This record gives sequence, C-alpha cells and structure tokens, in this order.
Amino acid sequence: MKITVKYFASIREALGQGYEQRETTAITLADLRNELLAVSPAHAQVLARGKPVRMALDQMMSDESAPLREGCEVAFFPPVTGG
Amino acid sequence: MTGRVAVQTEDFDLSTEIAALRVSDKRVGAVCSFVGTVRDRNEGDQVATLELEHYPGMTEKAIETMIDAAMARFDIFAARVIHRVGLLQPLDQIVLVAVTSAHRGDSFQACEFLMDYLKTQAPFWKKEETPAGARWVDARVSDDAALARWGLQATNC
Repeated sequence: MKITVKYFASIREALGQGYEQRETTAITLADLRNELLAVSPAHAQVLARGKPVRMALDQMMSDESAPLREGCEVAFFPPVTGG
Repeated sequence: MTGRVAVQTEDFDLSTEIAALRVSDKRVGAVCSFVGTVRDRNEGDQVATLELEHYPGMTEKAIETMIDAAMARFDIFAARVIHRVGLLQPLDQIVLVAVTSAHRGDSFQACEFLMDYLKTQAPFWKKEETPAGARWVDARVSDDAALARWGLQATNC
C-alpha cells in the first residue's frame, strides 16, 4: 500500500528529509520501523530500537502495534519539547 | 473570539486574549493564565536563540484534544492556548494557556493540567543556539512525572 511518512526535528535533520511517499507491505508501525531501519545507516541510527522515538499515525500519538491503512500518514519524531 | 488553539509565529497579548476569553460571560469569576518565555540559559549554557518546530495539523489537534480533556475534568468555561513557532529570542513569549471558571480552583488546576499535558503530548521541538553550536533540547523526565500526577501516562522520554 501507499503511505506518507513524515520526520521531524533531529530525526528529520539526520535523514535529510521531512517527508516521503512509500510503498510498503508493513502491517503495523513496528513493521514499518523495521523496514525503515534497513534503508540506510542514518535510518538505522536514528530509528534504532531503544532510542526514544515517538510515532504518530494519522496525526495521533500511537504505539508500534498500530495497524497501517492505505493512504495513512505516519510520523517519526523525538520526544516533544514544547511549552 | 477566535478558536481555542493558535500555533503562530506572531507574538500575543495576554490582556487581549483574556478579554476575549471572558467577554460577556457573566458566569466567570476566575481567570488563570500561564505565559512561558524564552530563558537566556539552559543546562548551564548561554542561549542566543530558540527555534521551535512543530507538526502542522497534528499539533493543533493534540492541543484541541487536551482542551477537551481539561473541560471534561474541571469545571471550566473556556480555554485558550497559543504556542509560537519559528525563531525566538530570550525574553520572547513562547506559550500562553488561559482558562476561565466560576471559582479559582478549577482555573488554577486546569491551567497547570494543560501545561503538563502540552509539555509531553503536543508535537513541538526546541532547538537552541549556544556558544558550542546548535542543539536540540532534551525532553525532561520531570515533565513526564508532572503529567503522571493527573493519573496520565506520558511516555515522552
């Protein structure tokens, strides 16, 4: 299926992109994270398990068990620091 | 009155916002507000500028959700949250939370609840310019703990 993936803050900077359209066979956010880990050394570093990466699915904070849907929007970002 | 939430580069005026929030609402007996401002130091280092990034769309939704949660939890009439993004300097205002209620307790609590919620659940990121270069600000475990006081799990850090 086709999905949109967004990256923010330090993750966006490390990957050199804030946005991409992807064709994926991932069922869940966890599957997608695994898929992305294999894309490049930079991906492997910033999305590594054990790093405090937060995820959103269709603009809602989500955990890795969340299932993807055709056309959904996924985002990966570091812990938030607003306020 | 404009919407409950604004994410903007422009500054805001506390008096104007509070006036708009309580305009012609005769039930209001208490107004509480919090204004966050840019400090010139963090973690012992001088901070020259602070740049705020956000997730357009999600940020607004996340704040709307937290206002809904505050309205459900406390006896408040109205709430307004403004958060600035872009490049800011020490002394600049960053964030406003303002709440109205009949009695002070609910306003005080809702104001703090909204800030605790925002700190750990709204997608904003700060990058600061220090003498050693630019760096992303680390999230604080104490902010997760602050939200936990309300019985909510933050899991930001």
